[in-house]
Amino acid sequence: MILAVASGKGGTGKTLVATSLALSLAGQGPVQLLDCDVEEPNAHILLRPTITSSRPVLVPVPRVDEEKCTYCRVCSEACPYKAIAVMGKNVLVFPELCHGCGVCTYVCPEKAISEEGREVGVVEEGRAGEVQFVHGRLAIGEAMAPPVIRAVKQRIDRSSTVIIDVPPGNSCPVVEAVKGSDFCLLVTEPTPFGLHDLALAVELARKLAIPCGVVINRDGSGDQGVEFYCAQQHIPVLLKIPLDRRIAELYCRGQTLVAGMPSWRSAFSDLLQSIQRLAVVER
Amino acid sequence: MNEIVVLSGKGGTGKTVVVGSLSALAKNKVLCDCDVDAANLHLVLQPTVRETHEFWGQKVAVIDREVCTGCGLCLDACRFDAIQEFQVDPLSCEGCGFCLHVCPEQAVTMVDTLAGHWYVSDTRFGPLVHARLGAGQENSGKLVAVVRQKAREIAKDEGSAYILSDGPPGIGCPVISSLSGASLALIVSEPSLSAIHDLERVLAVCRHFGVRALVCINKYDLDEENSRHIEDYCRQAGIDVGAKIPFDTVVSDAITQGVPVVEFGDGMVSRRMEELWSAVAARS
Repeated sequence: MILAVASGKGGTGKTLVATSLALSLAGQGPVQLLDCDVEEPNAHILLRPTITSSRPVLVPVPRVDEEKCTYCRVCSEACPYKAIAVMGKNVLVFPELCHGCGVCTYVCPEKAISEEGREVGVVEEGRAGEVQFVHGRLAIGEAMAPPVIRAVKQRIDRSSTVIIDVPPGNSCPVVEAVKGSDFCLLVTEPTPFGLHDLALAVELARKLAIPCGVVINRDGSGDQGVEFYCAQQHIPVLLKIPLDRRIAELYCRGQTLVAGMPSWRSAFSDLLQSIQRLAVVER
Repeated sequence: MNEIVVLSGKGGTGKTVVVGSLSALAKNKVLCDCDVDAANLHLVLQPTVRETHEFWGQKVAVIDREVCTGCGLCLDACRFDAIQEFQVDPLSCEGCGFCLHVCPEQAVTMVDTLAGHWYVSDTRFGPLVHARLGAGQENSGKLVAVVRQKAREIAKDEGSAYILSDGPPGIGCPVISSLSGASLALIVSEPSLSAIHDLERVLAVCRHFGVRALVCINKYDLDEENSRHIEDYCRQAGIDVGAKIPFDTVVSDAITQGVPVVEFGDGMVSRRMEELWSAVAARS
């Protein structure tokens, strides 16, 4: 099963839930945690894996052979990202705008364009106890997270229970991280901010036809809006984690909830069982 | 005119709470929400929408099943795995048009997508430019650029002293679009190891784009040792810490009431927000 832990709003506790879920599964078959928040990966801070491999993520960008180029502009007209431009007898490539789609190479009538890999980040793999760990890291100044997320997801081991820590937001990096999952667990907080972004995340999960359930973090603060919304939309609330200064302090120190408060272990095992039931029922 | 953008790296550290309070404290400014995919500032500022504009994003491919012969050339060409069973998944399609170029039957057309909306609104704190990107859409950076451009126009017309922007989390496309050309980046951090890791990355992005930074430590008393670590780190990097805001449930109470926290109570959180605004104003 592939389980995506998402939220819409940042800082609601995705990484806290994803890491504790992974640890509570230890001893029950292989488990893999993929941190797809490649802009700001944090799961390694809580799991402290031993990293055993590191590979660059390369996006293919065009290289123009000026000997062959006739400056016909077919490439620049075909590129929807304005990543290649012809100015007189000069071809300019803007690598940071290039999506690596390969259209310019294909359309060039002179076969003057080849592709070279441009590093936009890295994928690192290792182990944290029984958890197989993978994360990606977007390079500083790079705009496009999806190629790094795709590279992380290529490491998915289908024989494991796979837990994906999804980036915040609601746009293309989230789609890239969530698509192909069997279930989407949405972590929220019971405030109007949490509710607003939860509703957007639910809309996205539904567009992707992925069943979802909710974890309410910092329960006891804010208001009842999230619970009313979930009841009205028939979205199951699978776990509530109370607003507890001790939990916040554990997180500050980089400790997982199940390691710092072992009594939580059973709650996360139960959460996973509920998810397994729902993922089967809804598929 | 000074453009102040509030960032954090890590999400949920309190960017919108800070911007909400600074909105109430700063005079003569235009407000801007650059977090277009999960915008929250309107929940604090309670705007009245004055103008609504459409935002058209990247085109996506559509395959005409009547014309398609199922030759499979498009499947091989697409590098985004956006074509399954000769249908294009619009959420995966990046609009490159490779399928259109390779299709021998001209079965592919590129169609415009309405990717979201942007708004010009009135609030009791001044004009607000904000947006809503459709679920799962691309081009959040372009929508941020549209929103910022409009905020600049309004600020120019009204002779505003500041543009105050609530930024998105992360360090990628919409952050770069929010940050480029800004006069000051206010980074809201918190004393968790995760937030410190993310702070270092977002400060590196600020340096990369040559934007000055000022740091604010929110919920600093959740871990005073980590807060000291942030202060030491900033000192060494030559970055000022503008204010340290304590953890207080008054913040979530204010969010629930839909008002800036400085209007909700006059405790320590409010006083520190005032200090923070002084620190921002002194650097603008």
